[in-house]
Amino acid sequence: MSIDTNTAARVAKLARIRVEEDALPALAEEFNTILGFIEQLSEVNVDGVEPMVSVTPMRLPRRADAVTDGDQQAKILSNAPDAREGFFAVPKVVE
Amino acid sequence: MTDLNKLTIADARDALRKGDVTSAELTGACLTAIEGAGALNAFVHDTSDMARDMAAAADVRLKDGDAPAMCGIPLGIKDLFCTRGVPGQAASGILEGFVPEYESTVTQNLWDAGAVMLGKLNMDEFAMGSSNETSVYGNVINPWRRAGSDTPLTPGGSSGGSAAAVAADLCLGATGTDTGGSIRQPAAFTGITGIKPTYGRCSRWGVVAFASSLDQAGPMTKTVRDAAIMLGAMCSHDAKDSTSADIPVPDFEAALSGDIRGKVIGIPKEYRMDGMPTEIEKLWADGTAMLKDAGAEVRDISLPHTKYALPAYYVIAPAEASSNLARYDGVRYGHRAKLAPGDGITEMYEKTRAEGFGAEVQRRVMVGTYVLSAGFYDAYYNRARKVRTLIKRDFEQVFEAGVDAILTPATPSAAFGLGEMTSADPVQMYLNDVFTVTVNLAGLPGISVPAGQDAAGLPLGLQLIGRPWEEGDLLNCAYALERAAGFVAKPQKWW
Repeated sequence: MSIDTNTAARVAKLARIRVEEDALPALAEEFNTILGFIEQLSEVNVDGVEPMVSVTPMRLPRRADAVTDGDQQAKILSNAPDAREGFFAVPKVVE
Repeated sequence: MTDLNKLTIADARDALRKGDVTSAELTGACLTAIEGAGALNAFVHDTSDMARDMAAAADVRLKDGDAPAMCGIPLGIKDLFCTRGVPGQAASGILEGFVPEYESTVTQNLWDAGAVMLGKLNMDEFAMGSSNETSVYGNVINPWRRAGSDTPLTPGGSSGGSAAAVAADLCLGATGTDTGGSIRQPAAFTGITGIKPTYGRCSRWGVVAFASSLDQAGPMTKTVRDAAIMLGAMCSHDAKDSTSADIPVPDFEAALSGDIRGKVIGIPKEYRMDGMPTEIEKLWADGTAMLKDAGAEVRDISLPHTKYALPAYYVIAPAEASSNLARYDGVRYGHRAKLAPGDGITEMYEKTRAEGFGAEVQRRVMVGTYVLSAGFYDAYYNRARKVRTLIKRDFEQVFEAGVDAILTPATPSAAFGLGEMTSADPVQMYLNDVFTVTVNLAGLPGISVPAGQDAAGLPLGLQLIGRPWEEGDLLNCAYALERAAGFVAKPQKWW
């Protein structure tokens, strides 16, 4: 399995990280090094083995479906790069 | 009393309770030591005013006779822990200016016990690294140097600031976190003790997430006894972390009898790596002999899937990281890129993340994105999770066969020079975690204990791996090893 610059560009897009065109070949090469290392996993016989979901066998705890928190608008917005009128503000999304 | 900052937690506790020393004095000694240790770059956010207030409050509690073990003990806190009102950015540019409105459960437990916060400690960005060279705050310098050399060495990572601060006596103990070895490897590189407890012992709430199925907090201290005391104060069941274990926290310190007669110590043959330095091999053999002399039964064991732990980890950890780090989008907190006219929300995400994340974090997020993407999910991610099941089964089988603890080297080498690994490909750096990463994948407790020095005088550590939830027993084995090894060396002060 070898990653070319097109695949590297697609992965960067999926990850929402801008990578300049001229940086793609080096990125693809790094991916190939790491994936070459990971490739060893194909040697292992995993027939009939369940993929691990939780390292400690446990059922997720449940609680009553009730409000336990809230009314913290100012705290929630306190770290926002741009907050207006009680909302997070972002560039226009819908044309 | 002089050099109060050099005390162990246990000795400081006893002196505080007797009234021989106050928390204000202890805290003052640490703050002075921190002030003089800028060259190490261990502390990155100063909370000295808060520390003085907390020390004064602790002194009142001590006077009233209401003094839990950690009351009045000055600590450093890894920047990964959110502490209310104190800037914290997980050593990342993307969280520049972030001031949490809430407190992590682990730090809250420590403050409830009366501990004092000296400041926030440097680390690798988002805990991704083994040398503390990926931090937005710059490198941490190891207080240890090779004999006759002033080459700056790495303190290890990702809890490099915590390790350097404890080794240099800037604090009595520090919090660390460990996803693939980030407590145990830096502890080994700096001649201190570090324990990663069983997954679920410490709440992950309020600790910036890297790989949620692997992340655990733990103490980094000068001795095994201190690790037992501090771990007890950090652990609790927490409804805010759904993977937090709802079981009682035992008195870990009470388990330290030093008596390990009849305990079965496993020596896994798969940890004998090709090209392992003879110093590491000798350290391991010496440690084995020490435990045997202390009355333990030493048994050769096999953990056949060890070789696949690191590749499985480098699928699972980046996959979880890519998901966890999706929250850094420039909307709710931290950095937002300056936008050009006409830029929309996608450009905002892409520019923000390119500017805010460092190279290693970007690399792991993208590798994680790739292994989770359509068409590769089964081949990489699911296969890695199956291998993880097999790795855990390896451990279960040796524990079922009667093994109480497993002894291995903590790291494949002593601390290396800063910059020495940066030219190598990323996989070379990842190999630092080869002995520690299995423990995270299996969710087990693991502890690194300083046990010797290499030819250049640098500290070397041994790792003990225990049964799940039996940290007390594991700490007792470590205590026996610590006593037998008699490691007392300290770095020569140059900073």
